[in-house]
Amino acid sequence: MSSEPRAAAAQDRNAIRAAVADAHRREWAFVLAATARVTRDLDAAEECVQDAYVAALDAWARQGVPRNPGAWLTTAARHRALDTLRRERTLRAKLPLLIPGQSESDDGTGDGEPVIGDDRLRLIFTCCHPALAREAQVALTLRLVCGLSTGEIAKAFLVSESTMAARVTRAKKKISAARIAYRIPAAAELPDRLDAVLTVVHLVFTTGHTAPGGPDLVRPDLIARAIELARMLRKLMPDEQEVAGLLALLLITDARSATRTDANGNLLLLEQQDRSLWDRPRIADGSALVVEALRGGRPGRFALQAAIAALHAEAASYADTDWPQLLMLYDRLLRAWPSPVVELNRTVVVAMVSGPQAALDDIAKLEADGRLDGYHYLPAAKADLLRRLGRFAEARSAYLAALKLTENPAERGFLSRRVAEVSVADGR
Amino acid sequence: MAQYAILIYEAESGYADGGQDAWQTAMEAHGRFAGQVGEKGGKILGGDALEPTTTATSIRNDVVTDGPFVETKEALGGFYLIEARDLDHAIEIAKLCPAPYGGVEVRPIMDTSGG
Repeated sequence: MSSEPRAAAAQDRNAIRAAVADAHRREWAFVLAATARVTRDLDAAEECVQDAYVAALDAWARQGVPRNPGAWLTTAARHRALDTLRRERTLRAKLPLLIPGQSESDDGTGDGEPVIGDDRLRLIFTCCHPALAREAQVALTLRLVCGLSTGEIAKAFLVSESTMAARVTRAKKKISAARIAYRIPAAAELPDRLDAVLTVVHLVFTTGHTAPGGPDLVRPDLIARAIELARMLRKLMPDEQEVAGLLALLLITDARSATRTDANGNLLLLEQQDRSLWDRPRIADGSALVVEALRGGRPGRFALQAAIAALHAEAASYADTDWPQLLMLYDRLLRAWPSPVVELNRTVVVAMVSGPQAALDDIAKLEADGRLDGYHYLPAAKADLLRRLGRFAEARSAYLAALKLTENPAERGFLSRRVAEVSVADGR
Repeated sequence: MAQYAILIYEAESGYADGGQDAWQTAMEAHGRFAGQVGEKGGKILGGDALEPTTTATSIRNDVVTDGPFVETKEALGGFYLIEARDLDHAIEIAKLCPAPYGGVEVRPIMDTSGG
């Protein structure tokens, strides 16, 4: 054999591998959700889906990449599941996944090709059930909906692989033993249940956006996953305004991420950032979604947070920002979602509208309140206000207090530089 | 349908301090709860109130001691065994269970039938 066909074959293999990897990213949730309906067991479903992806490598190399990879993979995974079920009928798990309203016709065991429904919402609502701890919800969502390996999730959250594996196993066991139903919540409970799902996606994003450790401020893989999840939810629940709000918030925040640090990885404040580097098309996409999220009054917290982000993103410069409008949005956000973190962020706007002293008074109230004890942005915000008021000695001790509370290297670098600046200003 | 235990954890001081009135009020609430479970489509299979932990005797490795197995501010004071469709249904029912001086825990009953 000459080397040319061999090179071409290698190229083909790479193309097939890329196609399978792409299908893994795009179709994992769909394939797993549909397969779980047959196996009625999440572990077994995962195994069948893994097998289907392995089989795809070989089959697609021989037959070419199918027009609808998701359908091909789902059919393959479900066939495997049915084979396994037939073989192990007597050994079948004693605590099957509870699928309400399942009839004989739609469980895929009947004759002919089953109609494969989209069960991704069932899957994600099950992963984010309130009976599971938040960290378990996040881990399950990344594992079952995004198809990340336990090792990858462990790395993202800086815990050992065995810790993460135990977390995932325990959560799956609770789903079957406590009979958490594999279903989309009823209309009455949907707002609360949806909020849990959106919170999980947001948490994945913020973990990526401000990585708790490691050399970088940002973990692009988690950010990309969170945005994909939000896009998926948007597609599956086009009428939910908070879903539009979350996607908008993630897009607009991400569009500005390139300028959060300088070339040396040093953190930059909003006022120092080069706005010409922001991803304008992405901001436009986000802003369009904000309009939808705010429609019809009574916007939720994600819609309002997105509106705030959009107002910042659309301002020509820091000085040109519509601060009074921002203050109004913050007040509405506080009513929709009372949170000390929102109150803290509001003080930045108060400083712009009414001056640093007014903001400092609000900070004092937050300090007395105690709910933000240990949150490094509180002393950092206070330090900044004190610095602007020329109270350098007090600013210095507040920066040092903030420094004690964060592990993120980029943030530590920023705070250390501030300590040095105010020390010089203070004549030390 | 699946079976769940609703375990009622309360500060015993609540009833001790509240006297007969507190007890009476709670008993009436439990009476109403029994009716509500049926309205919600669930079923009470059993349940009882326990005498306070001052009456408890614990045995560990054949050593007998006075008092509950674990000392807690809120102690197990009673339980129900219910039937519900799934965890959401069980939680919906458990939310109605009176526990004025504490709260309740929902635990699935293990299927040991081996079928």
